[in-house]
Amino acid sequence: MDAALKNFKKFTPKSLPKAEVLAQGHRACQGCGEVLALRMALKAMGKNMIVASATGCMEIITSPYPQTAWEVPWIHVAFENAAAVASGVEAGRKALMRKGRIPKQRTTIVAMAGDGGTADIGLQALSGALERGHDFVYICLDNEAYMNTGVQRSSSTPYGAMTTTSPPGKVRIGQDTWKKNVAAIVAAHAIPYVATASPAYYTDLMNKAKKAAMIKGPAYLHVYSPCPTGWRLAPERAVEISRIAVQTNIFPLYEVVNGQYILTKKIKKPKPVEGYLKLQGRFRHLDKKTIQEIQERVDREYEALVQKAALSEVEEEPGEEAEK
Amino acid sequence: MPERVGIEVSLAASEAACAADTDVVAAYPITPQTHIVEHLSELVADGKLDAEFVPVESEHSAMSVCVGSSAAGARTFTATSAQGLALMHEILFIAPALRTPIVMVVANRAMSGPISIWNDHSDVMAERDVGWIQTFAENGQEVFDLIIHAFRVAEDKDVLLPVMVNLDGFNLSHVIEPIEMLSASEVKRYLKPYKPQMVLDPKRPVTMGPVGVPEIYTEARKQIEEVLKGSKRVILKAWKEFANLYGRTYKPIECYRTKGAEVVLMTMGSVTETAMTAIDKMWDKGVRVGLMRFRLWRPFPLEEFRRAVRGVKVLAVLDRAISYGGLGGPVLTEVRSALYGTFEQPQVFGFVAGLGGRDITIDMFEEIVKKAIRYAKRGKGPTYELIGVREK
Repeated sequence: MDAALKNFKKFTPKSLPKAEVLAQGHRACQGCGEVLALRMALKAMGKNMIVASATGCMEIITSPYPQTAWEVPWIHVAFENAAAVASGVEAGRKALMRKGRIPKQRTTIVAMAGDGGTADIGLQALSGALERGHDFVYICLDNEAYMNTGVQRSSSTPYGAMTTTSPPGKVRIGQDTWKKNVAAIVAAHAIPYVATASPAYYTDLMNKAKKAAMIKGPAYLHVYSPCPTGWRLAPERAVEISRIAVQTNIFPLYEVVNGQYILTKKIKKPKPVEGYLKLQGRFRHLDKKTIQEIQERVDREYEALVQKAALSEVEEEPGEEAEK
Repeated sequence: MPERVGIEVSLAASEAACAADTDVVAAYPITPQTHIVEHLSELVADGKLDAEFVPVESEHSAMSVCVGSSAAGARTFTATSAQGLALMHEILFIAPALRTPIVMVVANRAMSGPISIWNDHSDVMAERDVGWIQTFAENGQEVFDLIIHAFRVAEDKDVLLPVMVNLDGFNLSHVIEPIEMLSASEVKRYLKPYKPQMVLDPKRPVTMGPVGVPEIYTEARKQIEEVLKGSKRVILKAWKEFANLYGRTYKPIECYRTKGAEVVLMTMGSVTETAMTAIDKMWDKGVRVGLMRFRLWRPFPLEEFRRAVRGVKVLAVLDRAISYGGLGGPVLTEVRSALYGTFEQPQVFGFVAGLGGRDITIDMFEEIVKKAIRYAKRGKGPTYELIGVREK
């Protein structure tokens, strides 16, 4: 456990903060699971915050001049550089605080981007910021394609999915590459805190966001962000699909605290992936064989994750034993 | 007055950023800018400069960090060259739009390809229209002074725009010159601490960089144009105060022996010092030729330029960059455009020379002037021409 989390108090459904960081009246699509997840994450971190946003859905729906949905200072510069802009904000404030030009107060610096802005075009800027060790929280809102520009594939698009640039055709199944594991790439930077989160498990999401803000140094949240528009999903099923993604082990929930993997939602009897795929138009074209292929991959990846978590546990125990 | 010291110009540039008490430096190494950031990191490491040195992973991130730190209210400095400047291109447009008064030194270098680490102006000329104030230094003293001046202008509440100070890579950046180095306390008399008008502060939330819908985009762009044009007043005032305090006078356009000159050669940057020698030589031979140099390039000093060329019969314009498929180098086309519609127009001839580190010699300047005179007598010449090409 990280020292900064010593006084960590969990949220419960009854103890949720009332203050909103993201105001109502923004322009998200009906049933947008991304803005829901973002709202909960921000709420958990509180208003002592500065947000650097990448270009993307969340940026355009919250900031059409002269309107803004932001109750906290917010800056948008470009698509690929949210992590770099956040680095600059952090470095600037650090220098000003040291020189006594602004009050000494720790403020949560948040960088946010979609999966395109994180896994693809922004990966270098993210890696740089993580490696330099800035004190900030990076939130990747993963809706598994370039939704803002009209549902084009990203490296985070799941295998088999239909997007406008990975269309299934007579000789292609749709997306023919497997989803890039950005959380693992981030964890390889050996930063203090990495977590995956889902809007269906909102207290878990909020607790993770709060931890990410409390921990000094870089923290990363990979947030499952259902997009009814891009996924060809009924808008009222966004939260439901988020839950099924966890229950099928397609999107497992875990933390990596100082290198230790911890499963935060253990799934004893995972549901078959078919039920997840069938609810979404983007997977409608998949045949049994492909679905089986996906099932096997999901099982294998989850098993690998369980192994990592088990190894983390094993490592901790002997030390405790020795102390006794 | 401060003592003159012999110092490499790159190091003097770093010392200027240090004397200005920069809060954040974010930079990525690229030749020939490297000595500037190396020395800045030394100054930070030795505690001589209390700043955050952010060693970014690319120039794109360098400029992004600069925008972030400037938006947070910190005095921000960076330096780059050529490919690095090009990689920043996207963010260069956004810095003025967010009104972040970043100061950047560009050690001018040729753009690839072929890859070249040597000097010309093809890097900065591709960034003419990004909305930055742009000045060009001729020598080391000017580099130091223009950096101090850049902070003063950039952070003026009537400006709040980023400033690019250009110096020729190697030809100027790597030479050792005698320079009067102003100390931090001397600079403080001229440059007050940065007081941002709008800052990222949880106590007073602002939304920076919102979506510019068609109903607002034109007005947003006009605002930058108006501020950039209006910045000339502040630039001139800041130079005047600089002269009063430190005794060195700067103007948007520098003239040398233009009185009574029939032909005027136009240059930018450090090559001007060679050009001066060529001008002296030509006067000795009886050629009435003067020299004019742009120190201020953006905003374009139109009134000063028109005043300076009044009565001149022939203008020979030197460009250190090619505008492929265009009507001459960027300086030539702007000069022609600036003269259009004026009552007495000189004949204007364009010459491109000194690309990718090719030296521009005194002989070349003489050739340029001779050609301009010949074309003028004939009443026509090529749209522009390359000087010093090895055809065989």
